[in-house]
Amino acid sequence: MTTTDIPAPAPGMARPAPAPKRRPRRERQGAAWVFLSPWVLGAIVLTLLPMAVSLYLSFTDYDLFNPPHWVGLRNYVQMFTEDPRYWRSVLTTLTYVVIAVPLQLALALVVALALKNMRRGKGFYRSAFYAPSLLGASMSVALVWRALFNDGGTVDHLLGNGGWINKPGWSLLAVALLTVWQFGAPMVIFLAGLQQIPGELYEAAAVDGAGKWRQFVSVTVPMLSPVLFFNLVLQTIQAFQVFTPAFAVSAGKGGPADSTLVYTLYLYDRGFVASHMGYASAMAWVLLVVIGAVTAVLFRTSRSWVFYASEGDR
Amino acid sequence: MTTMTTAAARRPVRWGRLAVHLGCLAALLVMLYPLAWLLATSLKPANEVIASLNLLPGHLEWSNYKTAFEGVNDVSIWRLLGNSLLIAGGAVVGNVISCSLAAYAFARLRFTMRGPLFAFMIATIMLPHHAVLIPQYIIFNKLGLVNTYWPLILPKFLATEAFFVFLIVQFMRGLPRELEEAARIDGCGPFRSFYKVILPLTRPALITTAIFTFIWTWNDFFTQLIYLFDPDKFTLTLALRSFVDASSQSAFGPMFAMSVIALLPIVLFFLAFQRFLVEGMASSGLKG
Repeated sequence: MTTTDIPAPAPGMARPAPAPKRRPRRERQGAAWVFLSPWVLGAIVLTLLPMAVSLYLSFTDYDLFNPPHWVGLRNYVQMFTEDPRYWRSVLTTLTYVVIAVPLQLALALVVALALKNMRRGKGFYRSAFYAPSLLGASMSVALVWRALFNDGGTVDHLLGNGGWINKPGWSLLAVALLTVWQFGAPMVIFLAGLQQIPGELYEAAAVDGAGKWRQFVSVTVPMLSPVLFFNLVLQTIQAFQVFTPAFAVSAGKGGPADSTLVYTLYLYDRGFVASHMGYASAMAWVLLVVIGAVTAVLFRTSRSWVFYASEGDR
Repeated sequence: MTTMTTAAARRPVRWGRLAVHLGCLAALLVMLYPLAWLLATSLKPANEVIASLNLLPGHLEWSNYKTAFEGVNDVSIWRLLGNSLLIAGGAVVGNVISCSLAAYAFARLRFTMRGPLFAFMIATIMLPHHAVLIPQYIIFNKLGLVNTYWPLILPKFLATEAFFVFLIVQFMRGLPRELEEAARIDGCGPFRSFYKVILPLTRPALITTAIFTFIWTWNDFFTQLIYLFDPDKFTLTLALRSFVDASSQSAFGPMFAMSVIALLPIVLFFLAFQRFLVEGMASSGLKG
């Protein structure tokens, strides 16, 4: 999957429709498998099998040309204890996620709230703010970003500090701002969520004497929390996999001083530049486990702050 | 009297609204600056690019586009454009066919393990691409398909982008079941009723799938980077990449002219379908 923003389902909706009660007929079963066959083939050959192979390779030394050589846990040991660049890439990615995701979502929410009750021009603003989400993942825009934040670029002219992408302390912020710039995708989802909040709730709150702020805290926030949660999970997962802008601002090297060496860039470097496929597979599996763990933690904490109206007042 | 009171009552609201509009416009200016900058720089002569903050070029350097059209590494831009279109077009066809087939089974047909398989399909939406990337690369390498377009197009024909399967499933569930009941009574089997009844009604979801597949494939960099080596087979994105290593700013004009050309198909798609796109995206996200 690309790193673009995805329109996507709200949580809690990902269940299969209840199956009709009649007993399945044989011919229908057969038909179902015909319809499913491309997906089943893809799931086995391009997903399950590669995941298993990748796990196996992570315990080997493999350079694509010679057969894999079993080394046990050495890749993992080396990764965690002997490779400072690995930890550097972990730290860089975490910093990036922690800066980019909250900023992007906050901006998306603020703009969605501003557009919510607008009578004229809502469609125009919505489309205009959404446009960067379609263009932002491209190499073209990544190159623009490099130029804007480079020595002599617009940011240098405005702030006069010689641009950001040559400074280890600042370069990652330039990459993060490219993600923030694409706040339109979560904004559109927020806006749709806001519009589904029944007006009666606000009327009832107003009757009870709630002001604008109180209405926001007591009506908007809980009613919007499933959408907020959904955007948070989605954007976090995507942010962990950022690649193109980091590649573009550092010419694929992750510089200066490894300050834009995000996880996937280092994985690419180990696997496809240095031909350490075993090591890169180990990195991929750690990424998989970390993303799974972060998602699980988000789901766990969501019980205390995400409110599903359909559950009633449990 | 009445008109005066209503006008007075409305006034504060109107000021508030004006402030919101001004805020939005200001935000929009900042947001669109990088795109305006791109367009302006693609028309600037080399000596103007970093010399000043002036957005507007002193004089229009159309030769940047002429240079861009000559292409990169002796490969003409038409070739690059054609390669990009071939990959994106193949991906669109593959995703629309394979994802709608799988979606119909999940949305309407019954089979053993339906629940677990559906859950597995949903889980793969969140699966990071990198977990399967290296073995996929090894498989395609063994098949001798590295440096061809197969690794970029074939997976789309096997419904590997589960997100679209899910999107179409959600849409199909909204269609009344009576349609197929009627078709069945008229003697349609599952294949005819899929093709004749369900598929035409699913068109909005299929268009959303097509648009996003096109844009994501067009913008994709990582997969193309690892699978394509031959400059002849390069896409616009990969051709732009070769500018990344060249740090000389004299190439700025042509580089950004090519960047503009690379964005044009997306912009055209966006202008043609923008209403549909944003609607489709909002509803696919929230309607159960």
